Amino acid sequence: MGKRTVIPFGPQHPVLPEPIHLDLAIEDERVVEAIPSLGFVHRGLELLVEKMDFQEMVFVAERICGICSFMHGLGCSLGIEEIMGIEVPERARYLRTIWSELSRIHSHLLWLGLAADAAGFESLFTHSWRVREKILDIAEETTGGRVIFGACKVGGTRRDIDGETLVRVLGRMKDIEADYRSIAAVFRDDYSMRHRFSGVGVMSREEARELGAVGPTARGSGIARDTRELGYAAYGGLDFEPVIEDAGDCYARCMVRVREVHQSFDLIRQAAAKIPGGPVEVKVKGFPEGEYFSRLEQPRGEVIYYIRGNGTKFLDRFRVRTPTFANIGPMVKMLAGCELADVPVIVLSIDPCISCAER
Amino acid sequence: MFHYDGSSCNGCDIEVLACLTPMYDIERFGVINTGNPKHSDILLITGFVNTQNAEVVKSLYRQMPDPKVVIAVGICAATGNFFRECYNALGGVNTVIPVDVYVPGCAARPEAIIDGVIRAAGMLEEKRNMLKDRK
Repeated sequence: MGKRTVIPFGPQHPVLPEPIHLDLAIEDERVVEAIPSLGFVHRGLELLVEKMDFQEMVFVAERICGICSFMHGLGCSLGIEEIMGIEVPERARYLRTIWSELSRIHSHLLWLGLAADAAGFESLFTHSWRVREKILDIAEETTGGRVIFGACKVGGTRRDIDGETLVRVLGRMKDIEADYRSIAAVFRDDYSMRHRFSGVGVMSREEARELGAVGPTARGSGIARDTRELGYAAYGGLDFEPVIEDAGDCYARCMVRVREVHQSFDLIRQAAAKIPGGPVEVKVKGFPEGEYFSRLEQPRGEVIYYIRGNGTKFLDRFRVRTPTFANIGPMVKMLAGCELADVPVIVLSIDPCISCAER
Repeated sequence: MFHYDGSSCNGCDIEVLACLTPMYDIERFGVINTGNPKHSDILLITGFVNTQNAEVVKSLYRQMPDPKVVIAVGICAATGNFFRECYNALGGVNTVIPVDVYVPGCAARPEAIIDGVIRAAGMLEEKRNMLKDRK
């Protein structure tokens, strides 16, 4: 039994560009306890409802996080549309699905790159990001933005993808997927990646359920929960099944994301095949009155919006429960008992998005 | 060069990271991203400053050796964007440390960030010469 020492980890640290602070209580080389402290990127943007009207709040929501920004905008719009009883045109729902899946692919590729980097596999990092750039090119071509799309609004979407562009993009996506397949094989089969991730940060199915893990963190522990099954946007008309792995370690969580990228490519193809014609937006009249919880699946897991309107142009309350916030509990659990050298990999394995968690 | 995320939404951060990847590859200009303020001449900050991280930003700035240049990337780092209305926002990075280069955009594009870094490298040279003259 060694003497207990406390090592501060962060806020500025080598794993992520984002600040998170952990106090790691160490005995010898083993972490006994991890105490997170947050608040370095807290902006308090939920209180901005007092200053921005409900349509502007979609902009604000998009800037909760720059990675899943489209889905934040979507969650906010979905909630407000539900309160106001707005029927969104079918085409807009399919467009939203396509852009959501594009965000998921770019977010997962980003994570895979960072994971490779945390494992010390620098060239795999650059390869993942090389493929990701091609996805961003598609995003830019269809929405005008690389990371923050600004394409979603209350009542539909701000832009449309014309048929010609859609065909061109789908053609390019075939090459991108082939390119991605070669990277995925490295994550799946490479000895050093397996060695680094297997058996690290194990969380059982029961623990994941008790601690309320969401997204790939839960699915990596064998819980088949995917909020997309609720059928928001156009997911109700598409065919897919949640990707699950049973091992519950970092490798399983990595594999869930690797496979979900393939799933997203497939969903985009399905959506593009089924997309109907017609308008992409409806006029919004009146102000929201009432309350609603909207839930959707982000790359990191389930996000929940609570929105309450009071019949004026300002909302009464806007509350976001982001997936990273739900996954911090499980992360602390995984860290207890691990080796100090594994801390970066475990912290990364929940795909933390601190600016989401702190808003 | 050294990167710190103030209170940004990640948008600019991932674009800064994208600058390191083969598509943009900022290292071809001789710029390396380090994780250590004592090894760097350029401080690149994304996001605005809030009450919690103001001290962190100041401390990082103090730790860097002279001469040093600060780049504020994105609209939040420049002025605070609409977040300046938030209760715990102090404003742009220039409210706590002097900023030399502002890179506009929300999120700032990698091309713009590279341009900012190259300008900062030029200013670094100027500052170095000024220090020499003073001696």
